[in-house]
Amino acid sequence: MNVSHPGHLPHGPAEPPAQRLARLRGPVPQRSLDARALAALAANPGCRRRALLDAAGVDKAALADRLGSPAPFGQSPFAIVRGNVFESRVKADGYAELLLLLQQRLGLPEPGAAELAVPDLLPRAGTAVRTERTRQVLADAAAHRGRWTLLDHPMLCLEVAGSPAFLEPDAVVVRPDGRWTVVEIKSFPVLDGSADPAKVGAAARQAAVYVLALQQTAAELAGVKPDPDPYAAPEGLAAAPDTAVLLVCPRDFSNRPTAAVVDVRRELSVTRRQLQRMTGIEQLLEALPEGVGFDLSTDDDGSPVRSTGQLGESVAAVPAAYSPDCLSTCELGFHCRQEARCAGAVEQLGRAVRGELGSLRTVGDALAAAAGAGTDPADEAAARLARAAALRAEALGRRPSAPGSGEAPGV
Amino acid sequence: MSLLSTLARLEAVRSGRAEPLATVRHRHLSDRPMVVVPLTAAGEAGAPLAAMLGTDRAAPRLHVVPQPLDRDQRFAFLAALAADLLPYLEGYGEEVEQVEGTERDPETGERTPVVRELCAQAPQLIVPSAAGVDQLGLIGRSTRFRRTADDADAGPHPVPTRVPLLGRWLTHLRERSEVPGSSLLVAMTALLSRHWATGQSHLEDQHLGALLAWISPPPGMSGAEAARRAESARDERGQLYCPPAGPATDPRFDEKLLAPAVARYDAARAALRARPGGDERAERHVRRAAEEIRELLAGVLRPTWDQVWHGVDLLRTLPPAAHLPERWESDRWSYTGHRDRLAAGEPPQPRHDDAVTAARKLAQREREQAKVELQEALDDPLAMAEHRLSGEAFAGTVVDVEPAYDTSGRSPKPRPLVTVRTADRPHADPGREVHRAGGPAAQKAEIVAVDPDDGTLTLRLTSGMGRRKEPEPGSVPQPGEQVVFTLFELTVRQAAPLPAPEDTPWTHGGPPSAAALAPAAAAAGSDPITDPEDWE
Ligand code: SF4
Repeated sequence: MNVSHPGHLPHGPAEPPAQRLARLRGPVPQRSLDARALAALAANPGCRRRALLDAAGVDKAALADRLGSPAPFGQSPFAIVRGNVFESRVKADGYAELLLLLQQRLGLPEPGAAELAVPDLLPRAGTAVRTERTRQVLADAAAHRGRWTLLDHPMLCLEVAGSPAFLEPDAVVVRPDGRWTVVEIKSFPVLDGSADPAKVGAAARQAAVYVLALQQTAAELAGVKPDPDPYAAPEGLAAAPDTAVLLVCPRDFSNRPTAAVVDVRRELSVTRRQLQRMTGIEQLLEALPEGVGFDLSTDDDGSPVRSTGQLGESVAAVPAAYSPDCLSTCELGFHCRQEARCAGAVEQLGRAVRGELGSLRTVGDALAAAAGAGTDPADEAAARLARAAALRAEALGRRPSAPGSGEAPGV
Repeated sequence: MSLLSTLARLEAVRSGRAEPLATVRHRHLSDRPMVVVPLTAAGEAGAPLAAMLGTDRAAPRLHVVPQPLDRDQRFAFLAALAADLLPYLEGYGEEVEQVEGTERDPETGERTPVVRELCAQAPQLIVPSAAGVDQLGLIGRSTRFRRTADDADAGPHPVPTRVPLLGRWLTHLRERSEVPGSSLLVAMTALLSRHWATGQSHLEDQHLGALLAWISPPPGMSGAEAARRAESARDERGQLYCPPAGPATDPRFDEKLLAPAVARYDAARAALRARPGGDERAERHVRRAAEEIRELLAGVLRPTWDQVWHGVDLLRTLPPAAHLPERWESDRWSYTGHRDRLAAGEPPQPRHDDAVTAARKLAQREREQAKVELQEALDDPLAMAEHRLSGEAFAGTVVDVEPAYDTSGRSPKPRPLVTVRTADRPHADPGREVHRAGGPAAQKAEIVAVDPDDGTLTLRLTSGMGRRKEPEPGSVPQPGEQVVFTLFELTVRQAAPLPAPEDTPWTHGGPPSAAALAPAAAAAGSDPITDPEDWE
């Protein structure tokens, strides 16, 4: 097939990955990765499909729509309002409550109002300008030790697989001791001193992405290379980003904030490994068959540049690693589930099932082994499955299916 | 997940519908369960939005908070919920039976006989999913410390009188639901997935509509198709045919229907407020706007309501397991204990357990877990199959019985040798003690020989044959008879059946330490009990 866009370069080994990725995406705006998306990558590290689509900046939700399996995600307007109300409450009165929490939880001297700088981060400017401004403010703050600087919605940039991801934490605080702390404001409650571990985990993964971006910025400002070891203790300015973040949540059933310090070093190393894998995108690109593309744009007459069938084939050309967790973390969840079901992959039943069934990778093979057909006696998983099937049949008063009785399914 | 349940899931993939995971019903089902479907406002912890509840599937009752951020409306909702639920919860407290037991004197350690009251029946609340259980717990937590107008120090926002009492009941039920095998408060998804294996994962089974779709798919549809439809099919307005079972509503429902309706309601109320003298038309507008919200919420609750009852019907098709009355009795003890604590005027359950209570609860839950597993194995050959597969039990046919005696004592005792043919491969070495399951009486045996090539095991029966030289008739299995032996004991060491640990008044475990009382609150310098927690 031959789809051409303006500026379309011929495919060849010399083509730089960023260009190849842009070509895969087609002439639609790049879907830049945000912290949530980057954090979700860590949820399924083995998936090349997701890595490629994210690196190429393809709008996965739109892709899922086109493939006929729309993602079930959405946010209630009530939740959005609630989140905004809480965040403004935390930041009200010149950030009074936030500073108090910072000081209490981090054991720092009480901030006097005079020592607090809240620089204008040009919130209405474009992303590039905002990023540069944030950088400048961080550099300035580093030069003025002994005071507090609060960056309200700074803009950070993290290079991911050759393309920039722009990230906007709720706040970053430069402390009098020169350290930078990420502040993550969430509207799930801390009830009687504890919060939903799943939500805290997600917040920690997201905050780790911010810390990573800050480490990159700090290293650049210090003129050194960032240390890949999250437990390393670099020197000087490069050491400024704190790997412990402040998570601020409403307390109990009120709107009053409470906070906890969360160590995100583990999340940091997982995310970093993930991102490195994405930088290894070149191999992925090389392995791509000719004709693969995820162009979601439409022609002048409004007809899609790529048909649903072509998109489906392109998606299928990139290996996936489906597990049911995908349904809550990836826009393509329903699509990949359908694919896994059609292929009869055992992962459709859960990630753990794969380990349980050993070399039996499809439902059909597993059921054939359960029926005792063509079983290699040395295959322990198959033998156990056959034994399980006999016991199950006996307990249910069913006739056990004999080997080769034609019961071997065509699934 | 065990290999047997994985196998059942694989079979379900092939057959296109759920496959049985049990041959009997392993959970108590009340003749008159109270189904409760709670909804919350998104992003607002414990802020109720609506609840559909009742014991009559044809007549659900509906309570709604038209503006979830309005404190007065929230209190009115809670009062209505209390008025609906408390008579059901308290209604089982009257009819009692007298149970004799013993109690250990804490000073002397002597056992003295006591007679205690045990409620003859207990309530059962069924919610759609595990999240519903948590939601009732949250309502319990948010209400049990509240002050009412009857309190001497009522505070600025007293709640209607019976609301804290509802909170204490819900807290108790939530707590009890953590005990394995308990049935005072249960989630329908948990009940169904204990008894059926679908051709999807555990995660997907949390969706009640999808789970039911696998268990009873509509005619002409496979479970997978029906489940997919339940998860994602939308009508021409973009709304799900099968709304989520709560407590969260579908974001698209919030966005397209609920939020606009709430906005209209707010506007109508603002218009009414702007007319201080009152205005009939403005009042009508408010009523109509509230009614609209009510109808919207009824519309998304009703499908879930019907699904829960459908689940009840499906569960009732299974014969009850033999040990259910015994387990239900501990639920009745739990219920009775809470009734007594309320009657004794004890304070509400603390926010945090003290160390002793926490350890006790943990121990109790572990013990109950072991007990449930054991009882299920005895009640259900499919559950016993798990133990056979893992080598912890074996079943087979008796092929030979040889009388033998132990003559070492003063009078000879029967010690017959029984040979069993089995395809099972128990982890049984000679000398190992085994226990007969399903025999006429408790009976132990010792493994004498194992012949895996022949598929036989020879056992020496060591007990359960009476006191004479010859075994009591029927106490020794005969050739041709089916027998089951386990490598584990068939009883769980059980403390006195009187109060379960979670029913021991917390006051007896020592007062909760000050540090344990909401450290966050302490840090912020507020009193955890009187702090109004106004859900601003
Ligand atoms: S849904 Fe598909 S693309 Fe997304 S992470 Fe899972 S397997 Fe990868």
